[in-house]
Amino acid sequence: MHDLARLTAIELLDLYKRRETTPSEAVRACLDGIDSKEGVVGAFLHIDAEGAMARALRLDGEGIDGRPLFGVPVAVKDNICTSTMPTTCASRILGSYQPPYDATVVRRLEDAGAVIIGKTNLDEFAMGSSTENSAFHTTRNPWDESRAPGGSSGGSAAAVAAGMVPIALGSDTGGSIRQPASFCGVTGMKGTYGRVSRYGLIAFASSLDQIGPIARDVDDCALLMRVLSGKDPLDSTSISGETESWTTGTAGNIEGLRVGVPLRSPEWEMDGAVRELFARSVSAVMESGCTTGSAELPGMDKSIACYYIIANAEASSNLARFDGVRYGMRSDAETLIRMYEETRGEGFGAEVKRRILLGTYVLSSGYYDRYYSRARRARAEIKDDFKKIFEEFDAIILPTTPEPAFELGERLADPVSMYLSDIFTTPASIAGLPAISVPVGVTGDGLPVGMQIIAGEGREDIVFRVARVLQGSFGFVERYYSRSGEREGDER
Amino acid sequence: MRDGKYEAVIGLEIHVQLLTATKLFCACPAEFGGEPNTRVCPVCLGLPGALPVVNREAVRMAVLLGTALGCDVRRRSVFARKNYFYPDCPRNYQISMFDKPLCENGVVELDTDDIHSRIRIERIHLEDDSGKLIHQRGGGSLVDFNRCGVPLAEIVTKPDLRTPAEARLLVKQLRQLVRYLGICDGNLEEGSMRCDVNVSLRKPGESELGTKTEIKNLNSFKAIELGLEAEIARQSAMLDAGKVIEQVTSLWDSQHRESVVMRSKEEAHDYRYFREPDLEDLVLDDELLENVRSLMPELPGERKKRFIDQYGLSDYETVVLTAEMELADFYEEVAGLTGDPKASSNWVMREVMGELNSTGRDLGNLGISPQGLAELINQIAAGRISGTAGKDVFGEMVRSGANPGDAIALLGLEQLSGDDEIADMVEKVLEASDGEVKRYREGEKKLFGYFVGQVMKMSGGRANPSKVNEILKKLLL
Repeated sequence: MHDLARLTAIELLDLYKRRETTPSEAVRACLDGIDSKEGVVGAFLHIDAEGAMARALRLDGEGIDGRPLFGVPVAVKDNICTSTMPTTCASRILGSYQPPYDATVVRRLEDAGAVIIGKTNLDEFAMGSSTENSAFHTTRNPWDESRAPGGSSGGSAAAVAAGMVPIALGSDTGGSIRQPASFCGVTGMKGTYGRVSRYGLIAFASSLDQIGPIARDVDDCALLMRVLSGKDPLDSTSISGETESWTTGTAGNIEGLRVGVPLRSPEWEMDGAVRELFARSVSAVMESGCTTGSAELPGMDKSIACYYIIANAEASSNLARFDGVRYGMRSDAETLIRMYEETRGEGFGAEVKRRILLGTYVLSSGYYDRYYSRARRARAEIKDDFKKIFEEFDAIILPTTPEPAFELGERLADPVSMYLSDIFTTPASIAGLPAISVPVGVTGDGLPVGMQIIAGEGREDIVFRVARVLQGSFGFVERYYSRSGEREGDER
Repeated sequence: MRDGKYEAVIGLEIHVQLLTATKLFCACPAEFGGEPNTRVCPVCLGLPGALPVVNREAVRMAVLLGTALGCDVRRRSVFARKNYFYPDCPRNYQISMFDKPLCENGVVELDTDDIHSRIRIERIHLEDDSGKLIHQRGGGSLVDFNRCGVPLAEIVTKPDLRTPAEARLLVKQLRQLVRYLGICDGNLEEGSMRCDVNVSLRKPGESELGTKTEIKNLNSFKAIELGLEAEIARQSAMLDAGKVIEQVTSLWDSQHRESVVMRSKEEAHDYRYFREPDLEDLVLDDELLENVRSLMPELPGERKKRFIDQYGLSDYETVVLTAEMELADFYEEVAGLTGDPKASSNWVMREVMGELNSTGRDLGNLGISPQGLAELINQIAAGRISGTAGKDVFGEMVRSGANPGDAIALLGLEQLSGDDEIADMVEKVLEASDGEVKRYREGEKKLFGYFVGQVMKMSGGRANPSKVNEILKKLLL
């Protein structure tokens, strides 16, 4: 018997088609997986066992149809609005807030037949790279409980890695899907900016935020991405476009593609195993018929600074609405101003406050030109540089992070070192480009390493094609998520 | 100032609530009123995760306004966030426009008997309205978000105004314009049009501007004038006393006729404007601009000029008749049907406007149509009733909604023009006035009027006066 909770969505759909199992059995397996692992991993903030089981039983009765995610259990990051479950952003300030509406992606999941199991942990308001900034609890990396799962979508990545759900939603602002996917040995991607509707995603930095899939392999990732993508009349920044090629056609063929390898990568500070897997990844794409060449990766020198100015500026405004007046937490006070101060003082965690302060500062009169304006100009330059790069290349390959998962607590006291773990992921965010992280191997300590593929605007198809080749060359998925049960990594 | 010691420099910011069916960024009804918090949704409540989508109708109306004011309309404008904390603003930022507003560089000509000025319009931008705070007696406040998200076009003038009277006239003209354009009902008291003023003083001939103060909440024409007068008097007294003017923002208290300081410069907001990342650039396509061109009505100034040329009306008449588009349309229809612009003007200005003023009704429900009034005027011209009787007929038409023919019949006011009938009455009058007839024939010719009066009295006012004259003269010979 398969451990249903360890199968991919596509494998599950296949079993449903062959009537070998049912959605309720799959949901039961996921809930069992959660029961046995959640105590240690702590991936979830809310689990809706009853609701998920009720929906699964309904789907059992309806029988499989053309819905792309029929009966597939899915976890949703807790900064995405759900009308049947609380949505907290892992912040005290939202408390047990339950939105009166569903995010567009939640509707799309439900229309696609998926079963939402629960809401996953994150860094408060998606601000962080370790999920340690959650106001509620720590999420542990299923590969090594002493290590961080990455962040901010650490709960979603850990849940998929630990065999709790086959697929999950994360959100990526500067790497918040790709970095935890890399740390947890799963596949995660963000699309071109606007590809997935942000309606119902509680904003951190509106011009950067993108919801995206986290899965155990590239095909699941592409399948979920297709369900999520499309123009949404409720999000003016969303875009339309063809998605069929993501899951069909030239899936495994990358012959003739031109892949850029960042020119100065030898100088970068990188973990040895990461460096080695990077080199092997470049060889792998070459062996598959790609031509490779050195590319100056745009924005490596300025994207972190640019990112933290723009993201925090937008965040300082986006988070202004949490004031105790209408919903969430309210601290009692004598005057309106005191009420604002007390509520926000008690409701927000340290990192969120730090970013609101930074963001407020860079937008203030007298500093605006020096920081925000310059960051916007830098952003435009980075975009232009990428455009030029993608005239010469179809994709760029580089590690998702310089190092594998770090120890819990290790970087909490040093925000800048935490920020620097985003160095390889922020350029694609700044430029609004599609990028994926695919696990390619493990370090000597047995920690997974993810490789990142970035393509030009609207070219998710290329991202998926190259990612499939990498996945096939390294056999990571077969080795660690075998269909028959335990992941090898657990045995060590 | 009147004494010439100081010159006032005044600029206005006028918020115009646009008459769209739905709010600026969501599909909630934009209509005034409703039970508190019933016309709201996640978007206008600024709930976490909700996103704005621009209402193209509001854009069209603002472009119409900008075009009518001769502005340059930007093909690509940018929404920006204006950040400030206040409980009536649910996102704690307003979505407005900053460095790339929808319209710029317009102009308004003020041209009356005593005022001839050219006021430049700096900009017009779109933004969303806030909710309303309801302060509870005994402490605590409630917020009604029904108004929150209603589209506003903010008109900002250059500091080109010099007197409170000019400011008042400008607002009056803008009110007339937005009503002509059908984009706002222009109700200052209800706040569908709101005016903030900025004023500073300087010595005549100086080009540098003094420190300005802002007054908000001027919600009537009178308040605009009084508020400015009071502020100018306050500032000039300060300057006379050698004091320095502080940059403050005040609220006008109509009841006590004074402004109350709301915040000083130290407390002034740093709004931290930046482009609204939830919205794309606002791009105007040819279709929208074409639509605006085709919907542009004849504007008040042009219409006034045409009324003088086409109908030969006086300046005063045209001012009155073009004040409201509905009235001007009404007049033109009457004038067209009667072919008598002057009589039509008299009737519209005296009877119709008198009735509007005394009943407080508007043209739509006055109960009299341009066709009805035209028919009445034509009946008088044809001699079927007298002008005096016409007023009674008009009254009856307003009262019962009857057409002129029925009203005349109902009141029995049809003029008597038959020779025999009138001769009969004249004879009776002369028989009963032996003495007067004798005196008349002896040369007291002014008694003629007396006989006319008697005949008219006997006919109940219905006798055709010229016929009466004619027959009297014959019979008195």
